Amino acid sequence: MAEPAGLHATTLRLTGLRKSYGAGTAVATEVLHGIDLELGRGEFAALIGPSGSGKTTLLNLIGLLDRPDAGSVAIAGDDTQSLDQAALTELRGRAIGFIFQYHYLLPAFTALENVMMPVLAARGRLDRAMRATASGLLERVGLAAWSDQKASQLSGGQQQRVAIARALAMNPVLVLADEPSGNLDTGNADAVFDLMRDVNENVGTTFLIVTHDPRLAQRCDRIIELVDGRIVADRANADVLRRSPAAGPASSP
Amino acid sequence: MNLNPLTRFDVIVALRFMREGLMQTTLIVLGVALGGGVIIFMSALLSGLQSNIIHRTLNYQAPIRILAPDQVARPLRQTGPAAVASQVQPRAQQLRSIDQWQRIRAEVLRIDGVVDATPVVTGPGFAQRGDATRAVSIIGIDPASYFNVIALDEKVVAGTGDVGPTDIVIGTELAKDLGTAVGDKLVLALANGTMTTFSVRGIFDFGSKGINESSVYIALRSAQSMLDLPGGAASIDVKVRDPFAAETIAQRLRGSADVHVDSWISANAQFFSAMSAQILANTLIRVFVGITVALGIASVLVVSVVQKSKEIGILRAMGTARGQVLRVFLIQGGVMGLIGALIGSLLAWAFLVLWRNVATNPDGTPLFVVVIEPGLFGLACALATLLGILAAVVPARRAAQLDPAVAIRG
Repeated sequence: MAEPAGLHATTLRLTGLRKSYGAGTAVATEVLHGIDLELGRGEFAALIGPSGSGKTTLLNLIGLLDRPDAGSVAIAGDDTQSLDQAALTELRGRAIGFIFQYHYLLPAFTALENVMMPVLAARGRLDRAMRATASGLLERVGLAAWSDQKASQLSGGQQQRVAIARALAMNPVLVLADEPSGNLDTGNADAVFDLMRDVNENVGTTFLIVTHDPRLAQRCDRIIELVDGRIVADRANADVLRRSPAAGPASSP
Repeated sequence: MNLNPLTRFDVIVALRFMREGLMQTTLIVLGVALGGGVIIFMSALLSGLQSNIIHRTLNYQAPIRILAPDQVARPLRQTGPAAVASQVQPRAQQLRSIDQWQRIRAEVLRIDGVVDATPVVTGPGFAQRGDATRAVSIIGIDPASYFNVIALDEKVVAGTGDVGPTDIVIGTELAKDLGTAVGDKLVLALANGTMTTFSVRGIFDFGSKGINESSVYIALRSAQSMLDLPGGAASIDVKVRDPFAAETIAQRLRGSADVHVDSWISANAQFFSAMSAQILANTLIRVFVGITVALGIASVLVVSVVQKSKEIGILRAMGTARGQVLRVFLIQGGVMGLIGALIGSLLAWAFLVLWRNVATNPDGTPLFVVVIEPGLFGLACALATLLGILAAVVPARRAAQLDPAVAIRG
């Protein structure tokens, strides 16, 4: 697999990130209170925190699916503050891969077509090279034999592996995984985690993984803990979970 | 460069979304097909009916007829202050020629849109053979130009329509009433006692009993001589390229010469007003069917946008532009319209063929000719595609505006 696009040493830089919901109304609530964070190239980080701590909101801002009220998001050195909607979409497609808890594959398409979809959307037209790249990715996640199966015909673990292959299709600098193993049994969760780790180590793709599973979080190089919209802990491969009162299974907001 | 539309992202996604919701797609396509089929069938039927009526009317009637102006009684000019009560009796109209008809004909022939103009002498008379006598309308024609205006030659079922000085062409009904055939002798008599013998040169059938039993054609010179109109023409019959332009040309002629001009449109005003009402009713039906079809497509796509909001959110998250999402739904609308119209065309074609076989006269001939125009089907398909695209605009915009974060969260 080729090196990911954008060789900037810092993959992600968040500066003073704030986000409120219901702004201008009597029930305005600030969810994020000035987040500063940097992820270097090739980092494998876990984002943990209790339900309602702002993890999904933060992930949406990093994934350029939403805009902050204040502060800035820079992806591989590209400040996104001044970008219009079309440019944000283009950058998101090019630089960021998403893995969701419920995989969200397109059920009308085969595994191979799902993996090709981000490239197809970016280029606008189907070509042979696209198919070859997608086949290679499916092979990497161990699903070469399932490439012509409809997404709905695959098991939960297989679907999540297809979702990982899809997230890697554009060779992104950053992959955002929102509870990627939250819907899987332990065996499949480990397999999916191993796969992400493998890509991270061999390709150098940066991963930010939201998880409630302390076992998986501990296997990450870095653990960032978010509580009430603030980063309260940011440590490298430490036992932060045991000391944190917020740790433990909970659902994402 | 790859120009295959089936390799385009938006086309691929649109077609796959349609296939995924096969039941919805099938139902709405059938709805479009029925609507489109009804529109095509009605259009073809109405157009056939109209052209049939027009064809039949113009079979034996010139689109424009120029006549000598009516003779009017002029009351004496009053002199002095005293008012005099008077009653003006309308003047009896004599058969007379159009003044300088050759010059007027030449002028008419120069008008754009005029195919030909032919002098005609018409008068009342009686056709006699043996003891049988029938009142007829004697029509004196110059075959060379008359056949360009009225296709008498095409209506001749026996003999020929090319009349010479002693020839007469009569209708099938008159031939039956008088017991004559081609080659037989026939006497034409006028009210003043003038009698002339003609030889039956041909027998025509205009498809109208009235015309077939009461019109006889003789040579122009013979009619001029019989009806005492030497060198004259009682009327000039004019053929125009577009029958619907007849009234416009007639109005132009009315202003340019001292003549009386009738067009077939003004002469059949009631028929035209009935036809206009029919066209209006038909257009309204077509418009409402079109609106129903458009609403059907729009409602199916609105539901589809709601059902697929998560998938749209995922597509947007992975970098699909708003314009691409917009096109995915516009294409679905267009394809539904197109496929529906293609099936509707087949249905309409089948019904038109059925109509041809079912709607017949007692003798087995079609009630009227319905021409199945390929252009009508092409136009219907193009309009249905456009309608589908327009119907998809609102749902497509809604899909394109979906916030991916909200859509994914559901």
